[in-house]
Amino acid sequence: MSSQPLLRVTNLTHMYGNRVGCRDVSFELWPGEVIGIVGESGSGKSTLLSCLSTRQQPTSGLVEYDTKDQGLVDVYSLSEPRRRMLMRTDWGIVHQNPRDGLRMGVSAGANVGEPLMAVGARHYGDIRQQAATWLDKVEIDPERMDDQPKTFSGGMQQRLQIARNLVTHPRLVFMDEPTGGLDVSVQARLLDLLRRLVTDLGLSAIVVTHDLAVARLLAHRLMVMRQGQVVEHGLTDQVLDDPHHPYTQLLVSSVLQP
Amino acid sequence: MIHVQALSKTYVLHTQGGTSIPVFKDAALRVAAGECVTLHGPSGAGKSTLLRCLYGNCKADSGSIMVCHGGEQVDIASAQPRTIIEVRNRTMGYVSQFLRAIPRVPALDVVAEPLRAMGVDVEAARARAGELLARLRIPERLWHLAPATFSGGEQQRVNIARGFAPQMPILLLDEPTASLDAANRAVVVGLIEEAKQRGAALVGVFHDDEVREAVSTRIVTLIPEVSA
Amino acid sequence: MNTGYNFAYLDEQTKRMLRRAILKAVAIPGYQVPFGSREMPLPYGWGTGGIQVTAAVIGADDTLKVIDQGADDTTNAVSIRRFFARTTGVATTEKTVEATVIQTRHRIPETPLSDGQIMVYQVPIPEPLRWLEPRETETRKMHALADYGAMHVKLYEDIARYGHIATTYDYPVLVNGRYLMRPSPIPKFDNPKMDHSPALQLFGAGREKRIYAVPPYTSVKSLDFEDHPFEVQRWDQACALCGSTESFLDEVVTDDKGGRMYVCSDSDYCGERQKDQMQ
Repeated sequence: MSSQPLLRVTNLTHMYGNRVGCRDVSFELWPGEVIGIVGESGSGKSTLLSCLSTRQQPTSGLVEYDTKDQGLVDVYSLSEPRRRMLMRTDWGIVHQNPRDGLRMGVSAGANVGEPLMAVGARHYGDIRQQAATWLDKVEIDPERMDDQPKTFSGGMQQRLQIARNLVTHPRLVFMDEPTGGLDVSVQARLLDLLRRLVTDLGLSAIVVTHDLAVARLLAHRLMVMRQGQVVEHGLTDQVLDDPHHPYTQLLVSSVLQP
Repeated sequence: MIHVQALSKTYVLHTQGGTSIPVFKDAALRVAAGECVTLHGPSGAGKSTLLRCLYGNCKADSGSIMVCHGGEQVDIASAQPRTIIEVRNRTMGYVSQFLRAIPRVPALDVVAEPLRAMGVDVEAARARAGELLARLRIPERLWHLAPATFSGGEQQRVNIARGFAPQMPILLLDEPTASLDAANRAVVVGLIEEAKQRGAALVGVFHDDEVREAVSTRIVTLIPEVSA
Repeated sequence: MNTGYNFAYLDEQTKRMLRRAILKAVAIPGYQVPFGSREMPLPYGWGTGGIQVTAAVIGADDTLKVIDQGADDTTNAVSIRRFFARTTGVATTEKTVEATVIQTRHRIPETPLSDGQIMVYQVPIPEPLRWLEPRETETRKMHALADYGAMHVKLYEDIARYGHIATTYDYPVLVNGRYLMRPSPIPKFDNPKMDHSPALQLFGAGREKRIYAVPPYTSVKSLDFEDHPFEVQRWDQACALCGSTESFLDEVVTDDKGGRMYVCSDSDYCGERQKDQMQ
């Protein structure tokens, strides 16, 4: 087991004026670990994710990441170029809406190849080869690599977004409702794919979802959020099977059984 | 291998007006290698809850659960989630009554998965998985299908195969034979005997008297807590 | 010369403002300097940016050449040349070697430029990253951080679709190893002429209100892939008039029966060669 966490979050708070986005969130994420953040809409899940992935400066608190060269570093103290480099090489962000994470006007191959070009790849043949490999991994026919994502179905677009995120071999991936907006059969395929990729690549991930079944499948650990605060935190199956906090019990008992 | 001391557990149901259901108080248990200890008692005595506490699936209110994990003592009752995951990956297996089927994953891979988590390579893991599925009489034509569509008995046998595949030093069995026919029950009894032979520590709950008699080296009786 | 206007049409304060922008542009090769673009007596798209830059740098003893698509005798070239002749009274020429200031649209002369000459380019869209990033705040940040990887996406798309880099004009370049720059809509045939050119090269975009520059002897590298290196256009024919095999050729349709000929787009270069051959 690794002796140093990949991400350490200490008393992270984000206020929207007087309103709480998230408050006093602290946790550590270890290499290879997947944390699920669950809670209803407005509970602060997405705010927390934005603060963690440096898309929104928190009001207070610390987000430290284990960089390859300097060890644990406060990500908000990094210069913009270093932060961008970090996001490009070490991190991935899978948005709920693939349109937010893809370039809809350029081909699927270019969408997957762009992160490589962004870190200096300048050999067309290599870039294309890698793009084809990744399309195959996310179960998109490499025959379609010159088609634009707008000709793809929602599930394919989401898988393309995942390929685009993983092609640079990140160590940490943030996912915001990765299966939201997809119908169940497509969702199942995506979940299976995500599960496999996370295990095979030894990724760490933070997955925001309101779907407890998704959380159970993907996450090792679960944080339950309510009104901006983490009310329960533990092993995924323990939190779901033996919930302690009243809100978690309500959440678990409110799930419809098909 | 397992040493439980002064373990207490109460369920508090906040959604039902904060009702408290005490399950057990100051429970104690010791299990050595090569033993199969059976938890016995009327329904509601907390047999399953105790098993789930051992596995870290239930959080005890107080007490300790020391488990021997790779030469170290780990207290499951207070360990960090990632430590518990590590213990589950290498030391402690759990066979429940129901399989949690994962969409699209074929039966063979469901069984091979715990081996893969231990770092066994794909081919070896699948070979071992196939061996167990065959023993549990799952026809080979089903191996490459996702078990979500299997019958209850087939799903349970896949689950048993998954539990026995990695040969864990500790194995927790929650009514593994509940809905099996005599032939398959005999296979499970055989698997338990083999586990004892190789020195595993087993804790089980068995509904079936015959199976209980056959596998138990010791029986621990739990008495239900009376609600305060 | 028309005496009703200040020298070179613009007032002195405006020219000073333009010169400050030009100095800054020269100091940071390839960087787009914003400036207060003035209304000019011709529409946007006709070279308002280039004219303002020329007006700011031209002096009474300069000799001006204006070309459009390589030719000195096209409407745009003629009217701009006449504009400066009337508002400054400077000498004008069609000969590249005689000119001290050359304002151009879409070409760089074939005759090599020399020390002391100034090239002024008319620029429609100065931002090379605009096609993939519509936000000005973001493109500025990308320039600031030299965050240019995405630019190769365009070239990648070309190769994926056509088998080769199909961008033939306004081909993106990296200036001085630092700033990504649009060379204005010159054919990529002319890109190599920009690299380490002895002339000062100034770019003006009137509508977009940007000025940028490549100082003399500055590296200008066209973007490419290792396995798809940058290449310029080549023709099977020689120029039908002067026989040049080195110059950029225009296709001219001569009749309605499919007849066509290829001639130099640089009219001065072609004419000079023909004169030499006559003698």
